[in-house]
Amino acid sequence: MKISVIITLKKDVLDPQGKVIHQALDGMGFNDVNEVRQGKYFEIDTKETNPKKAKDKVEEMCKKLLANLVIENYKIIDAL
Amino acid sequence: MKSAVITFPGSNCDRDMDVALKKFGFKNKMVWHQDVELPKSDLVVLPGGFSYGDYLRCGSMASKSKIMQSVINFANSGGMVMGICNGFQILVETGLVPGVLLRNKYLEFICKNVFVKISNKNNAYFKNINNNILELHIAHNEGNYFCTNDQLKKIEDNAQVAINYCNNEGKIEELFNPNGSVKNIAGIFNKEKNVLGMMPHPERMIDPSLSGEDGSLFFKNLINNLK
Repeated sequence: MKISVIITLKKDVLDPQGKVIHQALDGMGFNDVNEVRQGKYFEIDTKETNPKKAKDKVEEMCKKLLANLVIENYKIIDAL
Repeated sequence: MKSAVITFPGSNCDRDMDVALKKFGFKNKMVWHQDVELPKSDLVVLPGGFSYGDYLRCGSMASKSKIMQSVINFANSGGMVMGICNGFQILVETGLVPGVLLRNKYLEFICKNVFVKISNKNNAYFKNINNNILELHIAHNEGNYFCTNDQLKKIEDNAQVAINYCNNEGKIEELFNPNGSVKNIAGIFNKEKNVLGMMPHPERMIDPSLSGEDGSLFFKNLINNLK
């Protein structure tokens, strides 16, 4: 079973990379962008077949390793 | 006095630290990250470098390596643990010291000498040191110290700030903040002050023919404090 995770920076955390990407887009003529925030995406292929159990495990992974909860939020995309 | 320096895959200041510790009288042992037990030590050092290629977040993979459980237990039982640069990043990822280290504000790798002001001397690292300001070297891409407002209040209430970036006169201002760190923080302690994480490299300032000797002051003072 494959489960996806999206990690984003929390609202109050400065994202200089996102800012630079925003500026680059602006320079390329994409002038209607309000803001760009850069994040991370993970695809986890697990042996677990029970969706609830798999999701719980991935949530534990997020808390223990994938995200740093001081600055990041995680979102688990439903098992595929 | 006995010390131990942990080598992770990608550490590159471990041998510099070994040289520095030995120069000032420590009997140092190098410890591999896959070891389980720490040798008997008065000080454990997590050195600078790029452990695990800075994958995921700087220090995050190293913080889960085998030896780290022993380091965490050692720190929690009052043992002295010092993390320099990538070692500081590893410490924040273990949660031994609060906060995180973000990408530098202006997205540049910074490699230069800076001045730092010692903010708290009431601990085994800086007690009795004559200077209030040290000139040390920094070399990092992710040294932008960040914590939540709640954490910052706790850090300040417990006097956990160790050193702040400043100018040569000790003025702590945004102008002298190289990387965007909250309140110019360059190094912090845990609540009990036995764990110290800092971005500057004292081990690079132990020889006048290289760059300076303020690191020598730090190490000489440190070993005297531990005796």
